[in-house]
Amino acid sequence: MFYREAGDFKSSYPGDSQTFPIRFDRMRYYAVLAVAFGIIPFVINDYWASAVIVPFLIYAIAALGLNILTGYCGQVSLGTGGFMAVGAYACYKLMTAFPEVSILIHILIAGGITAAVGVLFGLPSLRIKGFYLAVATLAAQFFLVWLFNKVPWFYNYSASGQISAPERTFLGVALTGANASAPAKYLTCAIFLFALAWLARNLTRGTIGRKWMAIRDMDIAAEIIGVNPLTTKLSAFAVSSFFIGISGALFFAVYLGAAEVGESFGINKSFLVLFMIIIGGLGSIFGSLAGAAFLVLLPVFLKNVLVGMLGWPTDLAAHLELMIVGALIVIFLIAEPHGLNQLWRVTKEKLRLWPFPH
Amino acid sequence: MNAPSPDGYTTADGRSIGPVLMEMKNITLRFGGVKAITDISFDIREGEIRAIIGPNGAGKSSMLNVISGFYVPQEGEVWFRGARRPAMKPFQVARQGIARTFQNIALFEGMSVLDNIMTGRLTLMKSGLMAQALWWGRAEAEETAHRAEVERIIDFLEIQHIRKTPVGRLPYGLKKRVELARALAAEPKLLLLDEPMAGMNVEEKEDMSRFILDVNDEFGTTIALIEHDMGVVMDLSDRVVVMDYGKKIGDGTPDEVRSNQAVIDAYLGVAHD
Repeated sequence: MFYREAGDFKSSYPGDSQTFPIRFDRMRYYAVLAVAFGIIPFVINDYWASAVIVPFLIYAIAALGLNILTGYCGQVSLGTGGFMAVGAYACYKLMTAFPEVSILIHILIAGGITAAVGVLFGLPSLRIKGFYLAVATLAAQFFLVWLFNKVPWFYNYSASGQISAPERTFLGVALTGANASAPAKYLTCAIFLFALAWLARNLTRGTIGRKWMAIRDMDIAAEIIGVNPLTTKLSAFAVSSFFIGISGALFFAVYLGAAEVGESFGINKSFLVLFMIIIGGLGSIFGSLAGAAFLVLLPVFLKNVLVGMLGWPTDLAAHLELMIVGALIVIFLIAEPHGLNQLWRVTKEKLRLWPFPH
Repeated sequence: MNAPSPDGYTTADGRSIGPVLMEMKNITLRFGGVKAITDISFDIREGEIRAIIGPNGAGKSSMLNVISGFYVPQEGEVWFRGARRPAMKPFQVARQGIARTFQNIALFEGMSVLDNIMTGRLTLMKSGLMAQALWWGRAEAEETAHRAEVERIIDFLEIQHIRKTPVGRLPYGLKKRVELARALAAEPKLLLLDEPMAGMNVEEKEDMSRFILDVNDEFGTTIALIEHDMGVVMDLSDRVVVMDYGKKIGDGTPDEVRSNQAVIDAYLGVAHD
């Protein structure tokens, strides 16, 4: 009833293969964009930006990147934290070495550097698959964290071993540093997420996306129809690492402001992003966003309920929060192993007919 | 039919067969100490339907795997379109214009029928990564042009109604048809079919036979197939290679093969005294 595709006929192939073929979906998409860019920047405050929305946007970019590699191309990776660190440190070195260049360009270049590193660590994927590849990427995670800890050049020989983002402006507005305002941080991350999600959608619906999915579903059959496994897997590693590198750069420069590699980009990050795409739905753009929202919002929500509404002590609430989030993830995966994206799809199927049973 | 001339021959039903497209010369394939194929030579001519038959374990599938590049034979030469083919990876063989289907269906289960068939055209699509990322110019035009070709194949194989269905949900017979569609989408010079009718009922076999004949007739595609159903093989094929224990024991038209004593012995057994 709410959700109808009847009467919405397509008479051309581009029309049939567009991202939102149903008019209702298209309208909702424009509505979301209008809210995201027309309303939120004017009402956002520091609490919402730093506790909820900015981390959601940044994790969504990382989840998109990992979903391209794991969900679309079928290569499991536990190196996300390490690749985010590459993006962060590349951005830091660029910011301090070339202060006159725009921060936005630095973030893009940091993504490019991460892509190169990702390709390097993707090389083993040509020989090993599944769990074994996961272990190989785990090695990347530990090696990269070790590297940024042990080589002082990466943190500019600072005494604390930390990196901290100097203030950088764009058109006179501070994007990084202590003076950056909540709307500026929000808009920077939102624009990156919007652009990258659009790129991800285009890549996954075209030739390269089909190559990735062919490798994921059956690599032997992919080879027999002419897919070169070497270039295809490495392209997935490159694109995925590009996304993750940008999220790492934003995480450090815009969100944290100062970072220590083991603390901010440890193995926990890798697992967190992996959980996001599993809960959101493997091989889905919407799933990446939904999974990131779920895992960022849930702890905040629980904290507000337990401490704010029930008045429990903060430390008790913090421990319970971990247990509840863990239990919810398990329950959720049993109830809907294909993630939030599948839940969304089923809901849409139901709404097509509602309120009539057939 | 007499011995085929270099330029080809005419079949009993009046189709003209062209010159040699692919020639296998003295192929020997070993796995460790086991000889899967021993010194086999045969050719496949343009426009022909060529069958490879033999009892289980005769080396038929190994032969198909040699043609499609999965196995590299220890001895012998593969000639394709008049040139000797060096050892190649399967994806390079595919780009030369050889497509195949598998005995156990090898479709991409997570993708829709349409996407599966579109993957068949990957070797023909040229737009770069950046153009695709921005969905600009060449990428979109190319996608549309290839979609039109794929729709023709969908019409041809009568699978319009399942266009958007994920392949994992389809019944066996339709999956076989989708796999054929994917192979056809590549516009192959040579189409290899590994047991296209295994596990089908009579009706599905008739449908599939009709599609194989139509493909050969309409697109002029050369077809090499492995099949166990003798009725189908004898009806469809122009020439038949018979293998047993990795050796070639017969080669010729269906009638010649049927009356070949070595072939009869291999299939019916022979009295040992």
